[in-house]
Amino acid sequence: MATRAPDRLAAVPPGKPVRPRRRVRRHLVHQLDVKGSPYAYVAPFFLLFSAFGLFPLAYTAWVSLHEWVLLSDEQTFVGLDNFRTLLADDYFWNATFNTLSIGVLSTVPQLLLAIWLAHLLNRPLRAQTFFRVTLLLPNVTSVVAVVVIFSQLFGRDFGMINWMLSWFGVGAVPWNEGVASSHVAISIMIMWRWTGYNALIFLAAMQAVPRELYEAATIDGAGEFTQLRRITIPMIKPTIVFVVITSTIGAMQVLAEPLLFGVYTLTGGVDRQYQTLALFIYENFIKLDLGYASAISWMMFIFIVVIAGINYLITRRSRGGLL
Amino acid sequence: MGTRRPRFLGPMLAAVALTVSVAACGSGGTSASGPAGSGAPAEKIKLTVALFSDFHYAPLYEEFKKTHPNVEIVERRAQFNDHHTNLITQLTTGAGAADIVAVEGGYVGAFTPSPEKFHNLKDYGLDKRQSEYLDWKWQLGVSNDGSSLMGLGTDVGGLAMCYRPDLFKKAGLPTDRDEVSKLWPTWDQYVETGKKFVAAKVEGAKFTDGPGEHFRAMVEQAPVGYYDDQYNIIAGTNPEVRKAFDMGVRMINEGLSAKLPAFTPPWNTGIAKGSFATMVCPAWKTGTIKDQNPGEGAWDIAAVPGGGGNQGGTHLMLPKQGKHPKEAAELIDLLTSKESQIKLFKEASALPSLPVLYDDPAVAEFVNPYFGNAPIGKIFTDAAKALKPQKVGPKAGDILKAFGDGLQRVEQGKQNPEEAWAQALKDVGRIK
Repeated sequence: MATRAPDRLAAVPPGKPVRPRRRVRRHLVHQLDVKGSPYAYVAPFFLLFSAFGLFPLAYTAWVSLHEWVLLSDEQTFVGLDNFRTLLADDYFWNATFNTLSIGVLSTVPQLLLAIWLAHLLNRPLRAQTFFRVTLLLPNVTSVVAVVVIFSQLFGRDFGMINWMLSWFGVGAVPWNEGVASSHVAISIMIMWRWTGYNALIFLAAMQAVPRELYEAATIDGAGEFTQLRRITIPMIKPTIVFVVITSTIGAMQVLAEPLLFGVYTLTGGVDRQYQTLALFIYENFIKLDLGYASAISWMMFIFIVVIAGINYLITRRSRGGLL
Repeated sequence: MGTRRPRFLGPMLAAVALTVSVAACGSGGTSASGPAGSGAPAEKIKLTVALFSDFHYAPLYEEFKKTHPNVEIVERRAQFNDHHTNLITQLTTGAGAADIVAVEGGYVGAFTPSPEKFHNLKDYGLDKRQSEYLDWKWQLGVSNDGSSLMGLGTDVGGLAMCYRPDLFKKAGLPTDRDEVSKLWPTWDQYVETGKKFVAAKVEGAKFTDGPGEHFRAMVEQAPVGYYDDQYNIIAGTNPEVRKAFDMGVRMINEGLSAKLPAFTPPWNTGIAKGSFATMVCPAWKTGTIKDQNPGEGAWDIAAVPGGGGNQGGTHLMLPKQGKHPKEAAELIDLLTSKESQIKLFKEASALPSLPVLYDDPAVAEFVNPYFGNAPIGKIFTDAAKALKPQKVGPKAGDILKAFGDGLQRVEQGKQNPEEAWAQALKDVGRIK
């Protein structure tokens, strides 16, 4: 923007006398134009963001300070009572544990797998587009369809996975009954949907890595794995940081998978063995206990900020040779 | 030159216009409910009817239009849970509810504490229908304070016990439905029969699906359930509830349960494959069984232990938001009339809620060939007649789920019965 300003001044015919007042006004308008226009251009986004992002956030905070049940006409202000109840609520900490457990189980293998897949695809291949599109297909599938199909696969009596396990003499595993087994099953559903998507992002970053580096490394005798570790990963680190943070946020918000796993359940199983934080919010929301649900939402927001921050620090600080 | 418009105005205006139009979208819903005020009979009137499945009402609408040519009827349907939660939101926010809404038995209690949100059907003369109805069905539609008639009943879900004659034969038990009914006049005898079935070691089959539905049926047969007469929750202290819970625990301990909770996909498969030999069966579950395609005669129907019962069945109500209560009341009068209910029984197997119809040959002599020619008209209406009214409170569904989950925790070996009972009570205590 700044570079265009001189052209505009030059456009004023030089010889013509201009009255000082008018000149001042035009100068002001011009200044406003140059300084203000950029803000005006980005304004639509921020107005919408305020209406649908910022306002709900603030209003949720306000609701969380009330005993706010939709069915009753009066909403009483209770201060931080909801948060006090929440911190003493076993079910809240249970949901927090489940969320973290499912988050780690799904994100870590998912990202490793995604980098590996991207690495495999980052070489001259026939039918490249076909492979890339295939990677993205699980992500385009409706999450409901994915969960319904996987629930069938993970069925206790008639599921395909237990049928295959039975070849190795493993008895029927009731996948959705146990804590560990249900977390593994849900993590697999999440990985199924998101690995390909992340692999594509990594692939895009990898294609920007200069070929010469690999050539030089090959001449120096570096093997495939060394190249991946010493060249590719350090070079795409900003992308890794980005993907880690978005996946973390995604993992903290898992809702549909536990909600629909096996059977529609607000409690995430009869013992709340796979109820995540988002599902815990939803359970209280369905009960129309909006005050409590809002308090949980805010706690979840804080968790996400903290965990995303920690991940950011870890991934940024981890050793990287080239940068 | 001097008139040149500063460049920032354009986007700014666009932004404002966008925000305004978005805001307009937000408030657009309220004006859609049709023209206000009813008066002249010739005025065009639109009635919306909100249901949670196909009630087969289309021919009845046509009948209504013959006498009310100025009325247009629009039906909208939503999935069962969504339908009811939507209705709660619509009532609390004061906008968007249909003129006529269907409310299922499990949800009626959530609305009867709030008569102010609905038109009182007495104002439109519908209390004249009381004598026709099963008493308990009629009482379900009356507000908790007794002041208002909030809904008219459509169908009922008389209770029976479905069983598989092939598995009974393998276990050396009688297969004829009358003899089977004689095996279990009480729930204790039902469990005893189950023990015989287990002792016969029928391969690949358990005696029943799971204890949840049995628990529900037993509580609902009691004179008092989860709530007392003043609608206080007494689930923790009512011995009937504990008795039903203990019966469920016994079923688990004796190895009767196939651990297949009702309405899950594996349960559906279990119906088709014969993974269990009996299950609690309200009238409408015959449709569920048929959908799984177990084969003709695979399932048969006997009486339910404990004498009668009901699960489900619907009421039609008129939210206060509706602008045409008179016409709406006339429509639900027609939809629930004797003639309509008998038609709906024939077309959609909806069991009538008017006992006068139970002697009608169309009901009394109705047999279902898919269930070994079981006289389902008689079995289910006997059960519905035998039921005594019980106060159903607003959160009965949530309470039932707390105990059902408790039984499943015992079944899955996560807790012993005392722990499961304690946690169920804790969960009930959290219900607001």
